[in-house]
Amino acid sequence: MVTYLVQRLILALLTVWAISVLAFVIIQLPPGDYITSYIAQMSASGGAVSEQEAEALRQEYGLDQPMLVQYLRWMKQVVQGRFGMALEWRRPVSEVIGDRLWLTMVVSIAAILLTWLLALPIGIYSAVRQYSPGDYLATFVGFIGLAVPSFMLALVLMYLGFRYFDMSIGGLFSDEFADAPWSLAKVWDLAKHLPLPALILGLAGTAQLIRIMRANLLDELRKPYVMTARARGVPERRVILKYPVRVALNPFASTIGYLLPYVVSGSIIVSLVLSLPTVGPLLLKALVAQDMFLAGTIVLLLGLLTVVGTFLSDLLLLWIDPRIRMEGKR
Amino acid sequence: MDRPADPDGRQAIAELPVPHARHPAEPATAVAPGSDAGEPVAAGLDLAVGEVAEERISVASQWQLMWWRFRRHRLAMVATVIVACFYLGVIFTEFLAYAPPSASEAQRSLLPPQRIHWFDEGRFSPHVYGLTGQRDPLTLKRVYTPDPARKVPVRFFVPGFEYRFLGLFPASRHLFGVEDARPEETLFLLGTDEQGRDLWSRLMFASRTSLTIGLAGVALALVLGVLLGGVSGYYGGAIDTVIQRVIEILRSIPTIPLWMGLAAALPNDWSVIQVYFAITVIISLIGWTELARVVRGRFLSLREEEFVMAAELAGCSRPRIILSHMVPSFLSHIIAATTLAIPAMIISETSLSFLGLGLRPPAISWGVLLQQAQNIQALAISPWLLMSAVPVIVVIIAFNFMGDGLRDAADPYGH
Repeated sequence: MVTYLVQRLILALLTVWAISVLAFVIIQLPPGDYITSYIAQMSASGGAVSEQEAEALRQEYGLDQPMLVQYLRWMKQVVQGRFGMALEWRRPVSEVIGDRLWLTMVVSIAAILLTWLLALPIGIYSAVRQYSPGDYLATFVGFIGLAVPSFMLALVLMYLGFRYFDMSIGGLFSDEFADAPWSLAKVWDLAKHLPLPALILGLAGTAQLIRIMRANLLDELRKPYVMTARARGVPERRVILKYPVRVALNPFASTIGYLLPYVVSGSIIVSLVLSLPTVGPLLLKALVAQDMFLAGTIVLLLGLLTVVGTFLSDLLLLWIDPRIRMEGKR
Repeated sequence: MDRPADPDGRQAIAELPVPHARHPAEPATAVAPGSDAGEPVAAGLDLAVGEVAEERISVASQWQLMWWRFRRHRLAMVATVIVACFYLGVIFTEFLAYAPPSASEAQRSLLPPQRIHWFDEGRFSPHVYGLTGQRDPLTLKRVYTPDPARKVPVRFFVPGFEYRFLGLFPASRHLFGVEDARPEETLFLLGTDEQGRDLWSRLMFASRTSLTIGLAGVALALVLGVLLGGVSGYYGGAIDTVIQRVIEILRSIPTIPLWMGLAAALPNDWSVIQVYFAITVIISLIGWTELARVVRGRFLSLREEEFVMAAELAGCSRPRIILSHMVPSFLSHIIAATTLAIPAMIISETSLSFLGLGLRPPAISWGVLLQQAQNIQALAISPWLLMSAVPVIVVIIAFNFMGDGLRDAADPYGH
């Protein structure tokens, strides 16, 4: 068990490191730097930046250093909890990102919770009532959910909401709460806005999880111990819920591992469509403006949170599944 | 599912036929591909016929078994036909389109889809009504009023803009269109966008881009996946561990931010073709992991098979064992996995272009078209622009069903 934990931890650290390098390299890839785009921006609006000024700016931001030095400088700051300056905004990156990162995570986690909430009963139902109309309906909706990319689903729902219900479904807050400080009322407002984005983001995962749950449970239900339980007169509900469901539940924990990156990924693009105040729109803007510190930090933090989430799901799996827990003791 | 030895519970899940796990309760098909056309064996077959069927099965090649099994999967068959139609459309793009994709007409901006009237006084004669466009003085929006008196006939196989079929043969025929039309007598089957470009024709060209980028991306991902997965599965040991960790790391990174970063790095002055290939490379750089996984899994299980050991004892060289003994026996699995990877590639390209970081105008792809329908204002004024989502969804569903059928068929001896 300890070996397993250490293994997972090392992998998580490796992943974080890989993400940091990737994030930095990606941001460095475009020709030119922020100053070049700043100069272009200035001359477009009639202003001019002299050579000396540009040089001074470059030095100030450390853009004239070799890449490795820039990376180390950046990492040093990151470790200290400072993420550098968002060049375009002229404010510290952490300030620009603000609540957006947490809101991204809130939306993603809500999507996964909703996935569980929907997939568990539907999966059980589909397995217990195999080939019933309800099972077929779940399968059908599942296929649609798998096939339609989340941002398209968002587009379609947005249009339907506008056309037939005359309401705008975007955003995470009502107007009066958008800029308000955090309060209970604001949290409640957020909770009211969450289900739709969560559903859009979670539908594909829900579809997968239903299929997995159904297949696993069907395998379990055919095992002799279930028949034994039935033969001994255990009530049907208890027969199903007590053991087979528990065994079949295993993937629920392990799915976070691959669901979380997927959902976070999707949240970026869905946020743009539904104009959710997550890091998605910010990342797009930063990339277009070649604001390397901001974009790099967003990619890094998203990766970091995903890795942490995955690691937590590993712990959860350890807790649920004794087979993994016992492995080291063999 | 029961793989307690797997320290990484996720792996077991990922290797499950995830999108739509098989019905474990389905009857074993290997013994029942049917007497002739692959129909299920009827209940009361007499013994002789049963024996004949069994004999056919025992002498049938693996591909034959696969084909029988695949044919039983109705949805997969239908899906295959749909996919085939779409790729035919890729070949005949210019023939199906009736307007050059970038021809714009300011007088026809944001025109709603024109309705085709099939019959004219009981006679079959498809036509659309001529339109007069006016600007609403209040909203400044263009308003179009159809004029039932002016009928614009829609003809088949009409001459239109010049093109080269397959890039080789000069041609100018189109499946349908209006002949010798005056500027105000035009056909806009799915309406136009803001610049007055015909959506139907643009959709045809977009399909070509998006569908081929899916194929090209998968081809590249396949090379990477087979190579790395094969090495990983065949050699095992340290190489295997390293490759598996790399795959795990890649899979635990949210892909869209990564793609966005890579795509944003493409220089602005690159040509359409350059960007096309760059995007293909970007999406396949991450897409190979799933294929590598499948290949590795097959290698691991085949390595233990008797026929591989027999080949080894007979003194076959490694390349020969791999290429002529192992590859043929898992080729079907690779084909199935590849088919399932194509829709993911298409979605990737569409998402990136939708964000404005993938293909950029003047390139036309589904994502580029959808970009125009990005916000609620655009959808409110011109909901028909959302039509671009329809082919994407249809193709993706079709590919998924097809891949699903292929995967079931790939293992004709399985359940």
